[in-house]
Amino acid sequence: MNHWIDILDVADIPKLGARVVRHGSTDIAVFRNAEDEIFALEDRCPHKGGPLSQGIVHGRKVTCPLHGWNIELVSGCAVAPDEGCAREFPIKVEGSRVWLDLEALAREAA
Amino acid sequence: MDMSTPATRASKMKLVMVGNGMAGVRTLEELLKHAPDLYDITVFGAEPHPNYNRILLSPVLAGEQTVDDIILNPIDWYAEHNIVLHMGKKVVKIDRTARKVIADDGTEADYDRLLLATGSNPFVLPIPGKDLPGVISFRDIADVDAMVRASSQYKHAVVIGGGLLGLEAANGLMKRGMEVSVVHIGEWLMERQLDEPAARLLQKSLEAKGMKFLLKKQTAELLAGSDGRVASIRFKDGSDAPADLVVMAVGIRPNSELAESCGIHCNRGIVVSDTLQTVTDPRIYSIGECASHRGIAYGLVAPLFEQAKVCANHLAHHGIGRYEGSVTSTKLKVTGIDLFSAGDYMGGEGTETILYSDPLGGVYKKLVIKDNKLVGGVMYGDTADGAWYFSLLRDGKDITELRDHLMFGQDHCGNLGHSGINKAAAMTDDMEVCGCNGVCKGDIVKAIREKGLFTLEDVRKHTKASSSCGSCTGLVEQILAFTAGGDYSAAPTKKSMCGCTDHTHEEVRAAIRERKYLSIPDVMQAMEWDTPNGCASCRPALNYYLISTWPGEAEDDPQSRFINERAHANIQKDGTYSVIPRMWGGQTTPSELKRIAIVAEKYNIPTVKVTGGQRIDLLGVKKEDLPNVWADLDMPSGHAYGKALRTVKTCVGSEWCRFGTQDSTQMGIDLEKVFFKMWAPHKVKLAVSGCPRNCAEVAIKDVGVIGVDSGWEIYVGGNGGIKTEVAQFLIKVKTTEEVLEYSGAFLQLYREEARYLDRTVHYLERVGLDYVKKKILDDADNRRALYDRLIFALSVEKDPWVERAHEGKLKHEFETVVA
Ligand code: SRM
Ligand SMILES: Cc1cc2nc3c(=O)[nH]c(=O)nc-3n(C[C@H](O)[C@H](O)[C@H](O)COP(=O)(O)OP(=O)(O)OC[C@H]3O[C@@H](n4cnc5c(N)ncnc54)[C@H](O)[C@@H]3O)c2cc1C
Ligand code: SF4
Ligand code: FES
Repeated sequence: MNHWIDILDVADIPKLGARVVRHGSTDIAVFRNAEDEIFALEDRCPHKGGPLSQGIVHGRKVTCPLHGWNIELVSGCAVAPDEGCAREFPIKVEGSRVWLDLEALAREAA
Repeated sequence: MDMSTPATRASKMKLVMVGNGMAGVRTLEELLKHAPDLYDITVFGAEPHPNYNRILLSPVLAGEQTVDDIILNPIDWYAEHNIVLHMGKKVVKIDRTARKVIADDGTEADYDRLLLATGSNPFVLPIPGKDLPGVISFRDIADVDAMVRASSQYKHAVVIGGGLLGLEAANGLMKRGMEVSVVHIGEWLMERQLDEPAARLLQKSLEAKGMKFLLKKQTAELLAGSDGRVASIRFKDGSDAPADLVVMAVGIRPNSELAESCGIHCNRGIVVSDTLQTVTDPRIYSIGECASHRGIAYGLVAPLFEQAKVCANHLAHHGIGRYEGSVTSTKLKVTGIDLFSAGDYMGGEGTETILYSDPLGGVYKKLVIKDNKLVGGVMYGDTADGAWYFSLLRDGKDITELRDHLMFGQDHCGNLGHSGINKAAAMTDDMEVCGCNGVCKGDIVKAIREKGLFTLEDVRKHTKASSSCGSCTGLVEQILAFTAGGDYSAAPTKKSMCGCTDHTHEEVRAAIRERKYLSIPDVMQAMEWDTPNGCASCRPALNYYLISTWPGEAEDDPQSRFINERAHANIQKDGTYSVIPRMWGGQTTPSELKRIAIVAEKYNIPTVKVTGGQRIDLLGVKKEDLPNVWADLDMPSGHAYGKALRTVKTCVGSEWCRFGTQDSTQMGIDLEKVFFKMWAPHKVKLAVSGCPRNCAEVAIKDVGVIGVDSGWEIYVGGNGGIKTEVAQFLIKVKTTEEVLEYSGAFLQLYREEARYLDRTVHYLERVGLDYVKKKILDDADNRRALYDRLIFALSVEKDPWVERAHEGKLKHEFETVVA
C-alpha cells in the first residue's frame, strides 16, 4: 500500500538545494537539481550521519557538508570508492506539487 | 583476441590506437571521462597482454610482485568500455589516404583519428654476438620471463649499462640467485641522474649486497659457448668475463619506425606540437616515449601522463590545454636503497650548490640553486624530503626565505601539523599517517596495491589520507612513490581547478575579469565545463571569484556556498550550529554579555565557550532557532563560519598597560569596523599589539600591526594554523589612516590574486614579498586604487544576520516542513 502525502511545492525548494521534511522523528531531505528533478533521501549521510540536506547539489549528486562524501540522489548510495547508502523514499511530482510516499515509515511505526 | 562488437558502431567517429601501453591507455581513460560516447575505439597492442604497469617489472623480476599484480586494465575493462582490443597484433602499415591501419596478421581498422603510442625500443649495441641466445634487453614481460628462466638454470649474469634500468635488472637477477656483474662505460653509475659522490655511495651499498662492477669498460663482443648460447663477454682492453645471460640496458630509442614509414616527420621521436598532434598530419596524435615534444622524448611516466591529459582533451574536442613540457625526477626502485634526483643535479656556471655529506653515515645531499630558485638536486640515503624539494623545483618557488633551512628539509621550514614525526620508509603499517581521517600507512599501501592507484588524487579519493588539512601530503606522496615505484605522483605543472574543468584558477579568474562573466552558469558554459553544474569544490570558488571581481553586479549564489556560509553559522558534527557574535577588537560590554547569557538560556544552548579568537561561542544551536538567536543577540555576525574577515585580536594597549605605546584596542576596533563583511579566498585574521611584547600574537596573523613609540609596524602573511608561519615585515607607518590603507591594499591584492582556499601565507609564498612591495609600497596610485576597490566591495555587503533575523531573507533555509 502506498501512503502518498502532499508535502510542498517545487518552488519551495531552491534550485540546486534542498528542504527538510520532518515526519515523526525522521528527517527527510527533498532535493531539487538544475533540471528540476526532485529526489528524497533520509537526511543522514551513510558516513557519519551528516545532514545531506545541507550539502551542495550538483548534477544528480549531493556533497555531504561534514566530510565531503558524494551521494547519488537517485539511489542514496555513496559514490565509489566510498560505500554505504542513505535510505531513499519514493517521490512524485504532480503539477507543481511534490508527493512523498511514507508507506515504509508508516509500516515501521505500526 | 577480438572483443565483441557493440551494436552502436558505424555512426560514431573512429579512434584507433597503436600501442597498448601506459601512456596510450591513460589517454583513453582520460578521454572516456570527458567524452565517453564520442568514438568507437580500437586498440592494437603488439604484446599478448592487456595494459600493465611497466614500471613494476623491476619488482616482478626481483620476485616481490607477480605479473597479475601489475595488470592495470584487465581485459574486462576494454569490454566494459566497448573498446575493440587486438592483443598480440603489431601494426605494420598506416595508409594515410584510405585512413586505415593494417596489422601483421592482416587485420585492418579504419580511423578518423589515430593515436600512436608505440613507446620505445631498447637500444642494442651493434657488436658481434648481439643476436646470440641468452642476450636480451629489459623492456617487457617476455624479457622478465626470459630472465627468470635463465636464473634457474645459469649462474653468471652480466648487465651492460649502469643506469636506472641496468641496476634494477641487476638487483632483480641477484635476488633470483645469480652472480651479477654490471658493466658500465662511464666513470660512475647513473651519470644521467647522479653526481659522482652520490654514485659512489650507491655503488658501495650495492657492492655490499654482492653486486660487482666493471666501470670504464667497453664491450667488444659476446662469445658463444659450445651449446651456441652466449658464454662470455670480451672487452676492448682484451679482458673477458663469464656470461650465461647478458642483459643490455644501455638506453632506449623512441619507436617511430611505423610513423616514419608513412611519411610522418620524425626526429628522435615522432614530432608533436603542444596539442600532441603530429606536425605532419593533424588527424594523427602521438604521445608517450615515442613522441618528441619540443625536442624531448620523455622516458618516465609522470610527464607522459601529463601529455595524456592534454591529448585526451583535444581528442574530446574541448580544444583547451597545452602541454608545455615537464620537469622530471627519478627514484631508484631497489629495496633498501634510498635515492632521489631531479632537474639540473650537476650544477655549473651561474648556479650555486648547497652540500651535505656524511660518507660514514651514508647520507649525501646536494641542492643546486640558480637565481634564488631550486633547479636541481640529488639525495642519497635520506630522501624523505625529495617530494618537497621536487615541488619547490617544479613550481619555481623563490627560496630566499627558506635558504638557511632548506637543506634540513620541510620540517625545519615552519610546518606544524604532525608531519615532523615520521618518515614513510621507517613507518610500520599500523602507524597513523593522516591524523584528520585516521588513516594508517598500511591502509594506504594496501589501497595502492589492490586498486592500482597512481596519483595523490587517487589515494585521497580511496583512503581519504591527506584529503582534509593536507599536512601529511608529503608523507602520502612518499608512500606512493615507495609502494608504486616510480615518481607517479608528480602533479602536472598546471593544476586545473578540479575534475570538472582543465582550466586553472588563474585562467578562470582572468576570463571572469576580461569577459565580464556575472554568473556561474555563464562561466561554465563559456569555458566548457565537463559537468552540468560543477561540484562542491569548483562552485564555491567560482562564486567567490565572481563576487570579488564584480561586487554589486555578480549575484551571490547561496546554493554554491558551503553550508556554513549559506546558513551563516558553523555546522557541528551533530548537525546543529554554532554562533559567534562579533566583539569588535575583542572588547565587549556588560549589556552584550547579558544578552548572550539570556539567549543561551532561552534557547537551551548546551555549551558557551570563550574562543581562541577573543570572543564567545554558542555551540549546539538548532538551525530553526538561528534567526531568533541572532535577533535576540542583536550583535553583528562574527563570520566565524566564513572565508571572510574573522577576528581582529587586540591587547589592552596604552589605555591601561604600563608598557603600551599606542592604543592598540582602538586600532583593532577601527580595522575590524572597516574590513567587516569582507569575503576572501580563505579566512583572514588580524591582530594589533600595543608594543613589541606582542600579547595579541601579531606574528601569526594575516595582517599584524605592532604599535611602537614612533608609529605602527605592519606585518603580513603570518599563519597560526596548519602551516605555521611568522608574518613578514611590510612597512612602518604613522597614522591610523595609513594602517588602514596599507593593510587594506594588501588584503585586496590577496583577494584579487590568490587562488580560492589559499591563505595569505600561501599566496605570499607563491608571489614573494618583493612583488607585494612593488605593488603596494613603490606604487602609491596602485595602493590607493586597491584600497578603493576594497572599500567599494565592502559598501555593497550587508550584515547577513540582520538580513535574516529582521528582513526575512532566505526564510526557507531555516524552516522545516512537517509531514
Ligand atoms: C571556535 C574556535 C576554537 C575555539 O574554541 O577557540 C575554532 C573552531 C574551528 N576552527 Fe579554528 N577555531 C578558532 C580559532 C582558530 C585559531 C586561533 C586564532 O584565530 O587566533 C587558529 C589558528 C590561527 C590561524 O588561523 O592562522 C585556527 C585554525 C583553524 C584552521 C587552520 C587554518 C589554516 O589556514 O591552516 C582551520 C581549518 C580551515 O579553516 O580550513 C580551522 C577550522 C575551524 C572550524 C571552523 C572547523 C570547521 O570547519 O568546523 C572550527 C569551527 C567550530 C565552530 O563551529 O565554532 N581553524 N582556528 C576558534 C574561533 C575563533 C573565533 O573567535 O573566530
Ligand atoms: C623495467 C622498467 C622500469 C621502469 N621504471 C620506471 C620508473 O621507476 N619510473 C618511471 O617513471 N618510468 C619507469 N619506466 C619507464 C616507463 O615504464 C615508460 O616510460 C612507460 O611505460 C612508457 O609508456 P608508453 O606508453 O610510451 O610505452 P609502453 O608502455 O612501452 O607501451 C608501448 C606499447 O606499444 C606496443 N607497440 C609498439 N609498436 C607497436 C605496433 N606497431 N603495433 C602495436 N603495438 C605496438 C609495445 O609492444 C608496447 O606494449 C621503466 C621502464 C622499464 C622497462
Ligand atoms: S576546533 Fe579547531 S583544532 Fe579543535 S578540533 Fe575543531 S578544527 Fe580541530
Ligand atoms: S557524515 Fe557525510 S561525509 Fe561524513
